Amino acid sequence: MNSRTLELWVGLFVAAGMAALFMLAMQVSNLSSFGGKDGYRLTAAFENIGGLKVRSPVTVSGVRVGRVDAIDYDFGSFNAVVTMEIDDHYRGFPEDTSASIFTAGLLGEQYIALEPGGAMQNLKDGDRIQLTQSALVMEQIIGQFLYSMAAEKKPGGTPPEAEPSQEMPSVEQP
Amino acid sequence: MFEAFRLLGRSTLGFLQRLGRANLFLGQTLACLPGILLRPGLVLKQIYSVGVLTLVIIVVSGLFVGMVMGLQGYNTLVDFGAEESLGVLVALSLVRELGPVVAALLFAGRAGSALGAEIGLMKATEQLSGMEMMAIDPVQRVIAPRFLAAFLSMPLLAAIFSAVGVYGGHFVGVGLLGVDDGAFWAQMQAKVDLYDDILNGVIKSIVFGFVAGWIALFEGYDAVPTAEGVSQATTRTVVHTALAVLGLDFVLTALMFGD
Amino acid sequence: MTEPVVEIRDLTFARGQRKIFDAVDLDIRPCSVTAIMGPSGSGKTTLLKLIGGQLHPHSGSIRVFGQEVPALRRPALYRLRKRIGMLFQTGALLTDINVYENVAYPIREHTRLTETLVRDLVLMKLEAVGLRGAAHLMPAQLSGGMARRVALARAIALDPTMVMYDEPFTGQDPISMGVLVKLIRELNTALGMTSVVVSHDVRETMAIADYAYLLSGGKVIDHGTPDELRDSKSEWSGQFLNGHPDGPVPFHYPAPDFRDDLFGEVVQNV
Repeated sequence: MNSRTLELWVGLFVAAGMAALFMLAMQVSNLSSFGGKDGYRLTAAFENIGGLKVRSPVTVSGVRVGRVDAIDYDFGSFNAVVTMEIDDHYRGFPEDTSASIFTAGLLGEQYIALEPGGAMQNLKDGDRIQLTQSALVMEQIIGQFLYSMAAEKKPGGTPPEAEPSQEMPSVEQP
Repeated sequence: MFEAFRLLGRSTLGFLQRLGRANLFLGQTLACLPGILLRPGLVLKQIYSVGVLTLVIIVVSGLFVGMVMGLQGYNTLVDFGAEESLGVLVALSLVRELGPVVAALLFAGRAGSALGAEIGLMKATEQLSGMEMMAIDPVQRVIAPRFLAAFLSMPLLAAIFSAVGVYGGHFVGVGLLGVDDGAFWAQMQAKVDLYDDILNGVIKSIVFGFVAGWIALFEGYDAVPTAEGVSQATTRTVVHTALAVLGLDFVLTALMFGD
Repeated sequence: MTEPVVEIRDLTFARGQRKIFDAVDLDIRPCSVTAIMGPSGSGKTTLLKLIGGQLHPHSGSIRVFGQEVPALRRPALYRLRKRIGMLFQTGALLTDINVYENVAYPIREHTRLTETLVRDLVLMKLEAVGLRGAAHLMPAQLSGGMARRVALARAIALDPTMVMYDEPFTGQDPISMGVLVKLIRELNTALGMTSVVVSHDVRETMAIADYAYLLSGGKVIDHGTPDELRDSKSEWSGQFLNGHPDGPVPFHYPAPDFRDDLFGEVVQNV
């Protein structure tokens, strides 16, 4: 075949390859969430962040508004400090907004859910969210559960409308 | 008893000699690369025969691999109630592993064997010798363009394979099996990372292209100049490339995706 | 010039255990056709490769155009090769381009002539070998003899000082042979070239050679002009040049006594 056709085919091939790479980057990867549009940063301190990772999502009412940018540890307060990057699009969270770490589904990944408060002022770039709820750690929950079960059985620690406790009948000599 | 040792020793020496020749050959080829960038016509022709002509098998295989993944993935995930993650499964498998590796194996079978046979035949019919006697360096005119073509085509082919595979998986999963379209893409986009997954996959395919081109061209160049030698060169190309690709895949995966 | 174009002194070359050349002396005189003959496997093609610098001798000197070939580095070696044309036994045309492109190949690679000039040159060379009309054919479409003629046109494309022919007559029909014989002789005279013909076709070679060397067993058995060789006293030359089936080169491969073999015990092959 002549060189014109050859060049055409090679050009098509390279274009198809580039298109495939592009498609992979855009459709398949998380590129779209890089945005490029910078957002603003908020921090929050947690006792335990569980399985939260950098780039984990930050949602409000289920809507993804940003992602976790950095995770650090503060030796002053002995807490984990999470830095979140929120899209500029979503400004206007009240100052008393709370941040909790939830799990998506039963075995899914963990994310930060923001719950707006009712304050007059809004959070600005660099502000710290005061109200936080740490991740639920499986072992702690089980431990608490067992502890509260054991506490039900002990005398003095029972709830008010206790059933008559099953006491061993004392053997009384007639 | 000693005979076995002697054979072992001789074949080890032979293997080492071959390895040495292969590396010298690679050095020669790489040294010629800057030169042939001035002759893009040669490279273009090779990209056509090595890249474009492999497209058909890549696209068809990619489609079917993606579709099978959709099917098998669904069957497995549905037991965990996690069929919405089908997109993630298909995309990650393709981009990280199947795309680069299977595309490289197909490349070895179609383009690699053709290259090995072509060069071997040129050696057997004294064309390479003839060029040398005409004071033309065969490594620069014949080998280097083909090497560059393989090296450039491989990542493109792997990307096409992965992309087509994802759509194949989508067709089966969303189109036929009822997985939610939005969940398919959304979960995939959340989980597939541009740098960790896609870029690593591209790096893998570049390495595979380098190796596949090198092996095919060396086997042809080093072939015994007879008809039997050429056929041996062709089979060795495919076998050695397959082994090299799979071995390198393990090493690269451990480096990239390990901790 | 009266100095030999190629001077080989004390050449020794071995492949594995076998000595291909053992202290061989050879001269190729300018503006002549020198034949190198000998039985198959006597290393004739190897000699051409040694002269062209594709192989290195184990010892001895090979001087071409006054330069010591084994000592040349690549750029100088390539410059030397541009002055030598080589015709391979199979023609060694590049199979993916047509006849015109094949002949134009060395011209395009080594000169910066415009396409018009290249075309003129190619057509002239093809005309010299009688294949100008076949310029558009692909090598696969050519017969063996035609392929060799195209290869010859390619070999003389850059007007070399010396042309080497590797078994040009082997396997050719009488007409093709006649054509090649005519071409080799005429080109040599017309272009003032030096020709080296390696062959074992005695009749054709002797018809055009000005001087000949007979090689066997790694040594030069005899040399001289065709007339001198015909009158030579050497038994070996006589057997080779006249094609006698038995003589210094025996008919029978070494074997034990025939009678013993036939009537002796049947030895079981283990």
